[in-house]
Amino acid sequence: MAEITYLEAIREALFEEMERDVNVFCMGEDIGKFGGAFKVTEGLIEKFGEERVIDSPISEIALVGAAAGAGHMGMRPVVEMQFIDFLANAYDILTNYVATARYRAFLPCPMVVRGPSGGYVRGGPFHSQNPEAGFIHTPGLKVVYPSTAEDAKGLMKAAIRDDDCVLFFEHKYLYRRVKAEMPAGDHVTPIGKARIAREGKDLSIITYASTVWKSLEAAEILEKEDGLSVEIIDLRTLNPLDDDAIQTTTRKTNRVLVVHEDTRTGGLAGEITARINETSFAWLDAPVLRVTAHDVPLPYAPSLEDYVLPQTADIVRAARSLAAY
Amino acid sequence: MPRSATEKPAKTNAHRPSPAAHRAGGDRPSAQLSREQIVDLYYWMRLTRTLEERLVALYRQTKVVGGLFRSLGQEADAVGCAYALERRDIMSPLIRNMGAMLVKGATPVEILKQYMAKGDSPTRGRELNIHFGDTDRGFIGQISPLGDMIPVMTGVTMTFKMRKQDRVGLVFIGDGATSTGAFHEGINFAAVQKCPLVVIVENNGYAYSTPTVKQTAAKQFVDKAIGYGVPGEQADGNDVLAVYDVAKRAVDRARRGEGVTLVELMTYRRKGHAEHDNQSYVPDGEIERWATENDPLTRYIDRLRDDFSVTPAEIEQIDERARRVVDEATDEAEKSGLPQALDALNGVYADPPAEKPLWFREGSASVVDQHERPVGWGVFDHTAEKEH
Repeated sequence: MAEITYLEAIREALFEEMERDVNVFCMGEDIGKFGGAFKVTEGLIEKFGEERVIDSPISEIALVGAAAGAGHMGMRPVVEMQFIDFLANAYDILTNYVATARYRAFLPCPMVVRGPSGGYVRGGPFHSQNPEAGFIHTPGLKVVYPSTAEDAKGLMKAAIRDDDCVLFFEHKYLYRRVKAEMPAGDHVTPIGKARIAREGKDLSIITYASTVWKSLEAAEILEKEDGLSVEIIDLRTLNPLDDDAIQTTTRKTNRVLVVHEDTRTGGLAGEITARINETSFAWLDAPVLRVTAHDVPLPYAPSLEDYVLPQTADIVRAARSLAAY
Repeated sequence: MPRSATEKPAKTNAHRPSPAAHRAGGDRPSAQLSREQIVDLYYWMRLTRTLEERLVALYRQTKVVGGLFRSLGQEADAVGCAYALERRDIMSPLIRNMGAMLVKGATPVEILKQYMAKGDSPTRGRELNIHFGDTDRGFIGQISPLGDMIPVMTGVTMTFKMRKQDRVGLVFIGDGATSTGAFHEGINFAAVQKCPLVVIVENNGYAYSTPTVKQTAAKQFVDKAIGYGVPGEQADGNDVLAVYDVAKRAVDRARRGEGVTLVELMTYRRKGHAEHDNQSYVPDGEIERWATENDPLTRYIDRLRDDFSVTPAEIEQIDERARRVVDEATDEAEKSGLPQALDALNGVYADPPAEKPLWFREGSASVVDQHERPVGWGVFDHTAEKEH
């Protein structure tokens, strides 16, 4: 079977799920004839018609709210945020309505909110964000953020089938840069399970999305130049976190570096560090370190963006200092 | 002394809020209601008021553990709208639409248990007041961030359309919440999609303490319909039959596939935002004027007597029935206890079904187990304060 890109993998999942279940439908801005800003939904309207591929007004609140209402009635809507940065427009209805609906009113919201996320693409402050931390903090929402094409497809299928709201972050830098052959059959990646992206014994890097690839590059360098064996955990799901995977790798290598593209303060790395501290302090040979973006809005100019975001060299440097501790 | 049934009532619009704006046109579906249904409308309004009066008593006895929200003077708009719906239709009420929920099948005992935070209340003690729903009976509970229910009901009715079901949705919104972004986005999307949705704007004069003149520069809320390209109608919200007529026309339009209608109902909030609110911001005499000249129940009793030959004895029987229902419901609700504390950790997600207790709570069923008296909760000592 031929390799397909991360983006095509998402599209394939949408096609297969819409074919499998008549309750699955898509809504978003410019997702119909135009196929979406990044062409993720290209071809869907031709196949499924405008009743199931709905071009919406520029209304993120209405999209998320309508998805919730349709979900209550048994539909399984997939909403596209043209850029995940615009999820902030729907913050109220997502956190106050959707996230609480099952708990407070026994109303299920089986829905997916997906969209292109992340930087390294010269997108500037409003087309480069990683706003996952705000939603991880909200009980009632699930958050996934795949790094590989296989997981992009498998997690999308799992998200659509999940009985609660799943926020599906897609990394736009990875859209056309990573490829893979899809596993045969009905390929579903379970939500809540991390993946070992690389086995190692000297230190662990816990990460997700774009920085999985930067960590893999760093691991190569560290092996070649320092003889270090680095284990890399790709979280894949950010809420619920795979505590077992975090604990297992921590107790195996005794040194942990947490890496993410999101900004530092209040970012997921802090939460992971706290959990390691609570469960595995006695196993640690060094303090848990973080490599993250700087706490600034993401700037446009290459020299600025590259300085703000974590790079492979930063991971190498941090890993060396962790190994030497 | 009651006038005889044959004597024509003084039919005046003088006490109505905005007679000139009463541009609701077309037929009067209420003419099709049977006498039994006409009387039934009164029962639901009376039940609403009696139940709320009971809730006030329970609130003063501190048995209602949170805030209490009244719909005094607005019973007609809630009841009349819900009466225009079929059971299969879905409605989203606001805090002042308890009457609409009763019509749609919510029971007084459920409402009492909600207010008293009982473990077997519809939300098992998780939500307050009338914030609860049941899609089988056809109502979805609102949430406190106002306006959000419009997009949600857009999705509900979009589903009806996609599935080609003969069902409609009706959503209430207050004058205040028409200023939210959610209202605008929701009604606009529903209008574009031609969803079978009726949007009821209850104009009761105040959003908490803010009068409508500070809420919008529009002369009337019904004018907003033009901007969304949907029909708009305005009606006297304190005339239950006028409410039923305007709501039924909108519901019928939606059912015929003609999309969204915006309805503005003119009414008046005679109590504060909640029971704690002393309404100091209301001009002198305003509340009294509405109470004496434009009470929806008093007006309807007159109407029933004059146009439908309903006797005072019949009215008294209905009032007695409402009292009995509320008495029985109160006895029933008081029997239940508070929820088991550990139930707080269940059902955030379908999977996993429960959160684990944090380590410092492991092995204890409640906070009370750990501290015989919660740390830091003293009795407020007024004498001590004076000494400072």
